[in-house]
Amino acid sequence: MVVRGRVRGAVLATVLLLGAGACGGETAPGTDAGASAPAVLDGVGPISLVTGKDISGNLQNQVDEWNSAHPDQKVTVIELPEDADAQRQQMVQNAQTKSDAYGVLNLDVVWTAEFAANQWVAQLPDAEFPLTSLLPATVETARYFKRLYAVPTTSDGGLLFYRKDLLDAAGVAPPKTWAELSAACEKIVPSQPGMSCYAGQFEKYEGLTVNFTEAVNSAGGSVVGEDGKPTLGSEQARQGLNFLVDGVKSGKIAQKARTFKEEEGRRAFQAGELLFHRQWPYQYAKANATDGSSTVAGKFAVAPLPGLTGPGSSALGGHNFAISSFAKNKKTALDFIRYMVDEKQQRANLEKTSQAPTWAALYDDPALVAKFPYLTQLKKSIETAKKRPSVVKYQEVSSAIQEAAYSAMSGTSTTEQALTSLQGKLESLTGK
Amino acid sequence: MTGRRRWVPYLGIAVIVAYCLAPFYWMLVSSLRRANDIFDSAPVPTPLSLESYRAVFGSSNGFVRSLGNSFLVAGITTVLVLLIGTLTAYALARLDFRFKNVVLAVIITTSMFPGISLLVPLLQLFSGIGWINTYQAMIVPSMSFALPLAVWNLTAFFKQMPLELEEAAQIDGCTPAQAFRKVILPLAAPGVFTTAIITFIAAWNEFIIALSVVNKQELKTAPVIISQFTGLTQFDSPFGTQMAAGVVVTIPLVVLVLLFQRRIVAGLTAGGVK
Amino acid sequence: MAILIDAPAGPEPARPAPGLRRTGVGKLAALLVSPTLLVLALVVAYPIVSALRLAFYRRDDTPDPVTGLLRPGDHFVGIDNFTDMFAGESSTRFLNALWNTTTFTVTAVSLEVVIGVLMALVMHKAFRGRALVRASILVPWAVPTAIAGLLWRWIFQADGVANDLIPGPPILWTTDGAQAWFAVVVADSWKTAPFIGLLVLAGLQVISTEVYEAARLDGASAWRTFFSITLPLVKPTLLVAVLFRILDTLRMFDLPYTLIGPGKNATDTVTVLAFEEAVKFGKYGPASAYAVFLFAYVAVVAFVFVRLLGADVLGTKARRGR
Repeated sequence: MVVRGRVRGAVLATVLLLGAGACGGETAPGTDAGASAPAVLDGVGPISLVTGKDISGNLQNQVDEWNSAHPDQKVTVIELPEDADAQRQQMVQNAQTKSDAYGVLNLDVVWTAEFAANQWVAQLPDAEFPLTSLLPATVETARYFKRLYAVPTTSDGGLLFYRKDLLDAAGVAPPKTWAELSAACEKIVPSQPGMSCYAGQFEKYEGLTVNFTEAVNSAGGSVVGEDGKPTLGSEQARQGLNFLVDGVKSGKIAQKARTFKEEEGRRAFQAGELLFHRQWPYQYAKANATDGSSTVAGKFAVAPLPGLTGPGSSALGGHNFAISSFAKNKKTALDFIRYMVDEKQQRANLEKTSQAPTWAALYDDPALVAKFPYLTQLKKSIETAKKRPSVVKYQEVSSAIQEAAYSAMSGTSTTEQALTSLQGKLESLTGK
Repeated sequence: MTGRRRWVPYLGIAVIVAYCLAPFYWMLVSSLRRANDIFDSAPVPTPLSLESYRAVFGSSNGFVRSLGNSFLVAGITTVLVLLIGTLTAYALARLDFRFKNVVLAVIITTSMFPGISLLVPLLQLFSGIGWINTYQAMIVPSMSFALPLAVWNLTAFFKQMPLELEEAAQIDGCTPAQAFRKVILPLAAPGVFTTAIITFIAAWNEFIIALSVVNKQELKTAPVIISQFTGLTQFDSPFGTQMAAGVVVTIPLVVLVLLFQRRIVAGLTAGGVK
Repeated sequence: MAILIDAPAGPEPARPAPGLRRTGVGKLAALLVSPTLLVLALVVAYPIVSALRLAFYRRDDTPDPVTGLLRPGDHFVGIDNFTDMFAGESSTRFLNALWNTTTFTVTAVSLEVVIGVLMALVMHKAFRGRALVRASILVPWAVPTAIAGLLWRWIFQADGVANDLIPGPPILWTTDGAQAWFAVVVADSWKTAPFIGLLVLAGLQVISTEVYEAARLDGASAWRTFFSITLPLVKPTLLVAVLFRILDTLRMFDLPYTLIGPGKNATDTVTVLAFEEAVKFGKYGPASAYAVFLFAYVAVVAFVFVRLLGADVLGTKARRGR
């Protein structure tokens, strides 16, 4: 294949940016000045904020407050469908038509590389934002080739939800390793009809990429190494995937968990069908509801994800605000992002929506911790979290990961076959 | 038919109606459950709750306005498609001209390209001519999706009309246009109204174009607004609300069918000129 | 417009006899046909032409090693996008999707024809409450496709109502494999059988009652009446309905996408693949090639269908009055 050969030859350096690696340190090389130096962000006037629909209604309050303070720089909210893929599709289409309809974009953390590399979003000056007050891991998700393209506004990390009532009754401590988790299950599950040991998000979609990446990372491996090379041939990767595959084989992971996204899993947990559940923090409030919707209210607690030999590590979720390259009034957009990322707005947002903030100090605020007891564990989860591969072709990488994990978990291929094939695909996708 | 077998057709009717309505019934009961017992599987929700319907019509999501938009877009589409589709079909059925088969082939060919792949070029075109955030950006694509079927179906209908009817009308002194309007059209009413229903429903349910060409909240159609419904938290997909909205957008179509179905049974059985 | 060429300008003839070629008819025909062609040209022609071009191009998708930025623009790759469908890395996925597309079409359309014709016969019968029966038969067709996908996913989920009704251990409909394929067929037949029913019903309406009277007097059985009178008379409308269903099913997207989800071997169709390549992966070249190939495939199927079954789909042979 002529094209592929040329591509591989031309670029030995990097597609992947996990860690510093080959491209550490240098900024703004002179060769490609127009593209690499931060563009001038000027223009003052009305802008739009493009986002999935606001859940709490708080966003509109925040925007209204901004609008009354800045009558000449009004922000209009453009709401996209609830589905994340559909949101991304609309933003990509807007960029492809170079339309100035979209101003500030609310991007999922894994979209940064693609939007930055295509220059659909403007590069941002570090100095304009209170980056040092934000959790460092979240700021990393907003960077591409060391440059800032977005500002983190919400974060997310996986937690292990466990049935505290059953563990306490059996005298078992919350598991720190997979072996402890298995042992706890073997002790407790047989006496609990209709209950299975563990579930995460195993349907073939982005959630499976998250769960697979976490399993590999928690075994001490990685999907892509520091140098940007795929590293799925490692023993740790094999053990990570085997945690999931053996779980299904042994029945610790119920067959139907292979159809679980976040909500299906939450329902199973709330119905008392799961002893352990890997889930985002949003489940905390729902599972604690005392209106009869949850049978486990007050009976569970959260812990960091377990790993092979010690605590595991989560994948990072959340959203960042970026500025569309085709927007007018970029200065207003920048000011608006500064307003939104500020401690005051993040605190209000946490209180109203219970979404994880990026402002580090909020996690240690006693009043907030009293209201959201999982904050302490969540901060640990986010601080030790690894971001998913930061690649331009993230969507293709993620699809390949899902294919491998899904086929291994459904038994149509072995762990080794799945990983070998995935390693090959990622090598060709990353050109390494 | 003997008395004993008289119930057989009714059984058939019952089976078919049950087949059609069972999933819809499930949609209806799901929409009437409280959000908390949404995954209950009892055939009748207890307690009945209008919670989901209140959420659908909640002032903040602009659902009522979007229903109006949907009516406007689907209504105009239907009228225009019938108007120009009937003319074209009449020409194809009754006039003898060269390239007729080419025209027929070209028209149906446009129904062969995957609609999803039309999206980006269409979007570029519409941004170029300033149609983003306009009703015509939703109406014209819907027309083009409906026209091939409308033309082919109406042509088949006009062809079925006995030629003698028009000839008789023309002997009575009608012009071809009059003969068409006063004789053929009333007789083809079942075909015309069927086409109208199908076009209206297709335009009413069109989603992906409407989603992409409009980003102003006040211009969005009902399916787009429904896609924006959210639950109380992230990941929480508002199933009950979506089902309630589904019921709400389906009912007007059912009413429409009830109104039009008389016209569908008009036709030859009604006899002669209206 | 070509049609105009053989139409010398002139006043519209008074009282022409229909069905005869004569001066002015070409012009009239052009006048009547052009609005339709205009609308189709605006919306469909330009995108098709642009997709045809794109199918021979590919995006430079290697980021600059220093800045990480992509060079804008495409380069010409000849027929690589097409040969990759059958011989490259992605060929297994593509051929599998083509197979799914074909089996979906054959199965679902056959089912829909049978169910749809039954529905039409039911709707055609005269009995009390007929209006309500008609309306309820059309309900599935009226439910928005996006909502229908959600509804069926809800019904088919692991602890959904489908598994409650079927005895035995729960079937994982939405995973992958034959059961997922089957779920799509069920949902699609439910949704679109009424479409065929409605068109056939309209066809039934124009059959005059005298024909049936005559058959009844001749002592023909119900089966015979159906096969030798009803079916031949509704054939033109039925064929148009089936033709358009075939065109639609070959391009099926929504149901596999929302009900089962993309990336499943048993239910990925060519359109799902084209959508994933374009919208998700940003590979517009290969995606256009998929679309162009599907376009050709649909055209061939439609042509064969019209040739085999419906030489007179549109009654090009003069139809007899009844």
